[in-house]
Amino acid sequence: MRNERLEQARNAGQHLHHFHGGLRLRHNKKISCELPLEQVPLPPRFYVPLLQHSGQEAKATVVTGEKVLKGDRIGYLGEAGRGCIHAPTSGTVKALARRPISHPSGMNGLCVVIEPDGLDQWKELHPITDWRKADPSLLRQRIRESGIVGLGGAVFPTAVKVDEASERGIHTLILNGVECEPYISCDEMLMREQPDSIILGARILQRAVGADRTVIAIEDQMGAVSSALKESVTRSGASDIEIVKVATIYPEGGEKQLIQVLTGLEVPSGGRPSDLGLLCQNVATATAVARAIAEGKPLIERIVTVTGSGISRPRNLVARIGVPIENLVDQCGGYTKDAARLILGGAMMGYALGSDGNPVIKAANCVLVLTEFDIRTPQPEMPCIRCGECARVCPALLLPQQLHWQISNQQWDDAGEYGLTDCIECGCCDFVCPSHIPLVEWFRFGKAEISSIASERAQAGVARQKYEAREARLTREKAERRRRMEEKKHALRDDAQRKKKIAEAISRARSRQDEEK
Amino acid sequence: MSRKFATGGAPHFPPHTSVAGVMQQLLLALAPGIVAYIWFFGPGILIQILLAVTFALGFEALMLTARKQPIRLFLGDWSAVVTAVLFALCVPPLAPWWIALIGMLFAIVLAKHLYGGLGQNLFNPAMVGYVVVLISFPQVMALWLPPSSIASHSLSIGETLTTIFSGSLPAPLSWDAISEATPLDAIRASLAAGNMVSEARLSPVFGDFGGLGWEWIANFYALGGLWLLWRRVISWHVPVMMIGSVAVLGLVSYLADPGSNPVPLQHIFSGALVLGAFFIATDPVTGCVSNRGRLIFGAGVGVLTLLIRRWGGYPDGVAFAVLLMNMAAPLIDRYTRPRISGQ
Repeated sequence: MRNERLEQARNAGQHLHHFHGGLRLRHNKKISCELPLEQVPLPPRFYVPLLQHSGQEAKATVVTGEKVLKGDRIGYLGEAGRGCIHAPTSGTVKALARRPISHPSGMNGLCVVIEPDGLDQWKELHPITDWRKADPSLLRQRIRESGIVGLGGAVFPTAVKVDEASERGIHTLILNGVECEPYISCDEMLMREQPDSIILGARILQRAVGADRTVIAIEDQMGAVSSALKESVTRSGASDIEIVKVATIYPEGGEKQLIQVLTGLEVPSGGRPSDLGLLCQNVATATAVARAIAEGKPLIERIVTVTGSGISRPRNLVARIGVPIENLVDQCGGYTKDAARLILGGAMMGYALGSDGNPVIKAANCVLVLTEFDIRTPQPEMPCIRCGECARVCPALLLPQQLHWQISNQQWDDAGEYGLTDCIECGCCDFVCPSHIPLVEWFRFGKAEISSIASERAQAGVARQKYEAREARLTREKAERRRRMEEKKHALRDDAQRKKKIAEAISRARSRQDEEK
Repeated sequence: MSRKFATGGAPHFPPHTSVAGVMQQLLLALAPGIVAYIWFFGPGILIQILLAVTFALGFEALMLTARKQPIRLFLGDWSAVVTAVLFALCVPPLAPWWIALIGMLFAIVLAKHLYGGLGQNLFNPAMVGYVVVLISFPQVMALWLPPSSIASHSLSIGETLTTIFSGSLPAPLSWDAISEATPLDAIRASLAAGNMVSEARLSPVFGDFGGLGWEWIANFYALGGLWLLWRRVISWHVPVMMIGSVAVLGLVSYLADPGSNPVPLQHIFSGALVLGAFFIATDPVTGCVSNRGRLIFGAGVGVLTLLIRRWGGYPDGVAFAVLLMNMAAPLIDRYTRPRISGQ
């Protein structure tokens, strides 16, 4: 079965297919694409959160007062490829403080507070210049150390994906340049301005995981991008990199949806793209890989779109991880007078931040500031009228209204059976719901409940196993003891008999001796 | 100095639909049919609509108060108005005022709020109300008017009001003189008397396909229905399957026995079939969720309607068919779940 699908997936990008549902949204991207990329200057302080992606918070590897160079490791989780965090500039660690960390929940977390010394001096860099001949495992090792995560917004550790891909064997690398969320244009600007680093990243990733070819997917409405990438491919001399344009339908940039469009195959529920022999990475992630290998630089910056009708001069900025968002806004001419909501991410999946003192994190693809007119006052929530619009637009083919019903009635098993965990939280159902039910919020809550129930069950399972193992051990020991006792008894009895025999023999011998006398 | 912002949930877009919006579009789509109704049968229907809407909103407010629900929010969702209008379109235009009262009592209080209010009801409220008055007051519910073009006397607004509120016709008029059997009744009575459908069709109440006037009203309902399809307020599955199954089954029975079965087009243009196909059986709350489920639901309503018209105790079967399929909807939903992506 896997082989069959593997073969079909080899043709990725040759014919385009459709995925179920989705929305055609207004892009609102042009406003942020008019000015070129620009670097954000050093702020007075960096606040680098030690929690950058799902999982545990990394442990700080620096202490207050320590001097760091740009690119020095300041946080580490000990686990391969996860939680590697590096200093965004050279300077002094002023504190390890609990501060807002731009997390969806709005919670605080530990941040490394760095005061720049203004020199912006790199640590000693060790580029792998001969990456064409380097051992793929060496390339993967470098990716693990460089703190690279998926920069499309999901921030899944790249090393984990790359290691898994090379273990299972893949044939096609897909670079995702389909930025389907309205307002966000950081990938589009990257592809326009730095196509060479994307192509370089593609070739390195291809070698690191042993893929035969690369497909770079972009949207059909990204004008200049296609030619920029094609020219770069020609310059690089690579013959195994293709550029494919796909229609702009939200959420086509979702990994599963893009794979379905390129191959006509669905990633198995609960499975991964590697089940189809594919590895999917964001284009910005590819440039991070290129920089880590060819220049030896870890991930300390990313492109951030600063846009929306609440921003005076929307544009894309190159921002280091840890710089406060207010510095980005200042560089874009500040807020307009009716700015009302600050969002990290896009208008569909982004989350509202309570303050612009929050730092830029690895997941921050967009800082979106909207006015009251853009969002309107929230409408009151009404009961579901089962209109089914949510099911019509769901790209995962779920029945959101049914899931909502099951979650609100705490029917966790049913919700699991109806595919709650297959929800990609794209928000299409939320968008079309006439009753204004915050469906995705319900689904996040439901998923958290289901996983905590599962871990409880797992713990109970472990406890039961332990109990059963103990019972078995006790029975075994009891049996053992009994056996030993029996043996001893036998032995004793045997002993007594032997002694008796010996005594008999002795007495017989004595009597013989007596007779001989 | 960092600036503070109020937060809110994604997606960060202004809402572009609402329950009230959906209901208003339904009412707008009914408007052409209602205008045609008034054109052919006089102003009685307008008074029935006003009566039903008044009672419906009254009962709705009463029940919302009793259930401690926000009154303005739910009165503003227009769902009770839709129920009332659909009910009014099913009763005879000269029915006495208390028909609307009793109908709305059962529709809004029993079928809607005792089941948990908006979105929770198992049965279509308008059809519950209609079936209750149809079964309880069969004589009153059989007093239909002929289209004004063939009527011996067209009632004025004053005469209509008097009739509805006093329960009897003004002085010189009598029911025998002005009321007329509906086309479906005419066929039924004619078949019962041992005549052929073709003989029954000689009655002046028939038009080209269905009843005179009725077929045009059906056309305008269909026009509104197509607009709803285009606006994606309803999906095509139920109307196509409902009308399609009546057409196919009607054709088969007509070909098998043309003497006792009308041509399929007559079935489609008679009674509440078109109204039901676009506006009643498409009610999302009491129907099926998945598209496959909706196909089955629509076909079920169509087939049951035809069976009831042919062998049941009532000339039209749309209301009964819808209620029967409402009962089956949860079961159909259970077995027509779409396959989850990747499974």
